[in-house]
Amino acid sequence: MTREHITTTINGDPVEFLCDAEQTLLDVLRDELRLTGSKEGCASGDCGACSVTLDGRLVCACLVLAAEVEGHEVTTIEGMAVGDQLHPLQQKFLDHAALQCGVCTPGFLVAAKALLDRNSNPTETEVRFWLAGNLCRCTGYDKIVRAVLDTAAEMRG
Amino acid sequence: MAAVEKIFNDTITDRETQDKTLKWVGTRAPRPDGVDKVTGRAKFGADTYLPNMLYGKVLRSPHAHARIRSIDMSRALALPGVKAGVTRDDFPDYPAGAVQPAGEMVINYRDMTRNIMAREKALYEGHAVAAVAAVNERVARQALSLIEVDYEVLPHVIDVEEAMKPGAPLVREDLITEGVEPAPEEPSNIAKRVEFGHGDLDLGFSKADVIIERSFKTQPVHQGYIEPHACLASFSEDGQAELWCSTQGHYVARGHCAKLLQMDVSKLRVTCSEIGGGFGGKTVVYLEPLALALSRKACQPVKMVMTRDEVFRASGPTSGASMDVRIGATKDGRITAGEAVLKFQAGAFGGSPVPAAAQCAFAPYDLDNVKTIGFDVLCNRPKVAAYRAPGAPLGEYAVESVVDELAKTLEIDPLEFRLKNAAKEGSDSSYGPKFGPIGCVETLETAQNHDHYLSTLKPGQGRGVASGYWFNIGGQTSATLNLCEDGSVALVVGTPDIGGSRASLTMMAAESLGVELDKVRPLIGDTSALGYNMLTGGSRVTFAGGIAVHGAAEDMIKQLRERAAATWDVPIDDVEWHGGQAVAVNGYKDQEDPMGLLDIAKDMAKSGGPIVGRCSTNAQGAGPSFGCHIVDVDVDKETGKVSVARYTVIQDAGKAVHPSYVEGQYQGGAVQGIGWALNEEYIYDENGKVENAGFLDYRVPVCSDVPMIDTVIVEVPNPTHPYGVRGVGETPLVPPLAAISNAVENALDIRFTELPMSPPRVLAAIESVG
Ligand code: FES
Ligand code: FES
Repeated sequence: MTREHITTTINGDPVEFLCDAEQTLLDVLRDELRLTGSKEGCASGDCGACSVTLDGRLVCACLVLAAEVEGHEVTTIEGMAVGDQLHPLQQKFLDHAALQCGVCTPGFLVAAKALLDRNSNPTETEVRFWLAGNLCRCTGYDKIVRAVLDTAAEMRG
Repeated sequence: MAAVEKIFNDTITDRETQDKTLKWVGTRAPRPDGVDKVTGRAKFGADTYLPNMLYGKVLRSPHAHARIRSIDMSRALALPGVKAGVTRDDFPDYPAGAVQPAGEMVINYRDMTRNIMAREKALYEGHAVAAVAAVNERVARQALSLIEVDYEVLPHVIDVEEAMKPGAPLVREDLITEGVEPAPEEPSNIAKRVEFGHGDLDLGFSKADVIIERSFKTQPVHQGYIEPHACLASFSEDGQAELWCSTQGHYVARGHCAKLLQMDVSKLRVTCSEIGGGFGGKTVVYLEPLALALSRKACQPVKMVMTRDEVFRASGPTSGASMDVRIGATKDGRITAGEAVLKFQAGAFGGSPVPAAAQCAFAPYDLDNVKTIGFDVLCNRPKVAAYRAPGAPLGEYAVESVVDELAKTLEIDPLEFRLKNAAKEGSDSSYGPKFGPIGCVETLETAQNHDHYLSTLKPGQGRGVASGYWFNIGGQTSATLNLCEDGSVALVVGTPDIGGSRASLTMMAAESLGVELDKVRPLIGDTSALGYNMLTGGSRVTFAGGIAVHGAAEDMIKQLRERAAATWDVPIDDVEWHGGQAVAVNGYKDQEDPMGLLDIAKDMAKSGGPIVGRCSTNAQGAGPSFGCHIVDVDVDKETGKVSVARYTVIQDAGKAVHPSYVEGQYQGGAVQGIGWALNEEYIYDENGKVENAGFLDYRVPVCSDVPMIDTVIVEVPNPTHPYGVRGVGETPLVPPLAAISNAVENALDIRFTELPMSPPRVLAAIESVG
């Protein structure tokens, strides 16, 4: 089987990889590039554990073919902290204990950042509907929603 | 490093502890694994890779029940890139009596060897029939399509009452019901009958002014952890093996795998990955023995990861149940008798949580006459696994629904009615032992006075309350504290951290040692690092782990005092440990400068060598935890959709070591309960195949389905624990089913006796009453 050669940008860095036509972006991120912060909970677009952004747009990496990212910009959870500075969302998730097992956490953080990037002052309802594509089985969502609202308030200053 | 310290200093200032003698226990300290988990660095089951690694895949039965006449692997094994294949022939058989208690469930190796790989028959859709390992996933999948299995399809049975009928298809042809005298002569699907209780039911019911009797039915659900089962096994040519897996108990997994692989336990080293949720569903093994067997054949590492479809069809789930409950009470609100008959789906092998359900059903009440009977019933579903307070949510759903109806009939406030009958210290529990100090009354009184309960409902809304109970367990636990040469301390524990237990164990270790929290760094050791550890389950880790780390700290303190005494040349009895320092006392008071950990650590080599605090114990005296939930619902009469408008969880924690993670347990359990009550169910077609094996059609609650979940932590200390801890993780899933059903009844004046109360069911009920 011939493999395709893809040139893309991941977390700001130029990246090249080879992939099968059938491989998803999630498969490549994890199995080829070892960026395992994006998780596979379902592989069908239903859990949000694989959330990444593609040119700033929130997508499920399990629903994007790896070959589709040619020439585009991908951001994953691994690109969220800058140096030793956590993103305010990451810090607030810790402060609010917004994770238990933590397997959903990368997806929630990527999704929440995409929300705050376009809406700096979301209501609780807006947060809840924006994050409705991310499943968490541990927390009951309470502390996640509080962490996102608190981050938004802090970032507005 | 700088970032980590910043986190530490920012959040640690939030001290809530009321007990001024405690410095760390009761605070909201940062969790040691937090940064790894918000940066994507934490490694879960599927996140590791080894050089030369193969990918394993499982062929699963497409039939709910079928005899396996033959399995031909030859074409699959001939495919280039396929390195190994295994079937039933690669695993040992065990006799029927090979049982072993494990956590809240009992392990039967006759059954386990058949559950991980079908032998005579495939017993449910999704039952593993063969597995292969190949150079990549694509080749492995292709190989599965080349395996030829000759099935003789048999009639199947799913529903528990159908399975109990004479003439039902037999899941196991030679199964004679246990617990019935005299033993039945004919085989049936009823694996076991259990009975609990005391007093005289006839006498009790004869004293009742009102008797209510109802039958309930619930559909089976799945634990729904977000991380699928995953493992990576590596066998070497000399018969040693390593296994990395997502599990609630790596020591337990080691024992099971060694048994199924027929190898010495000591030759298998198991490391637990970070675990992406389990809720009881990761207390057993599925892929692990297959990956090990494949790796043993190929002499290469083998990674296996379930798809979500496989998780739904072949792991977990929990029982669906049919339950009959009868309760009588006097006009003034005293329960005179309670009786429950519970029938639970066990799946393909015996061992449903019906005994625990029968024990817990009436536990919140102090009753003179009570009896619960449980039936454990085989059917063509995966063997059920534990799910958070296994069985208790179902039994208490039925009982708490009838209790609510009685209160309404007697025109007594439902909390007042529960208080009149509440279990307290000294009550004979409905299943045997006398209760020690418990917080049942305290949770009810807290509910009565809670702003939520005192608030006025909006028009059309309904309010429900329910109590819940879980025993909690202790069990074998080991912990080690290693003093480092700079005075910092490495803590090693052996229980996978599923929801923040590294934080609570570290806090208790620092508290007991009297040192700064950031000087203690925890690690979850692999199975070679410590003595045995029972699994993370039964809400036991903060309880039993707390006893172990406290014990290890005491052991370390004794050695620290000895070193100080030797340095000062004073008797050991004249050295005490205060505030993280060895202090000379009695006749030597003020004669020596106190020695801290650093002072002693830096001269360890000279004063006698490494200082290691150890504790291995079989922790006893777990404190039961009671809870009471209050919920308000809105019902959309056009669609039948029930929405939760407000929710409050009140529960006795004994002592909340880390209040944030205790609240998190309360909130998470409540939302799982909301899903169970309103939406979640397995749907089977007429062939016994699951129709909704994915998160789109098996709908767990999402963020927009639920409100904030208020919590109140009640603290009635458990006297057997150094910090008063009870387990907290499971009780939160016990009350929601009844609380929500009671709220819906209050809103619609319709008593639902079936779960889930999904929109079609609710709409049909609304329409049927006009
Ligand atoms: S793995 Fe992509 S949405 Fe679940
Ligand atoms: S924290 Fe476990 S799934 Fe969200």
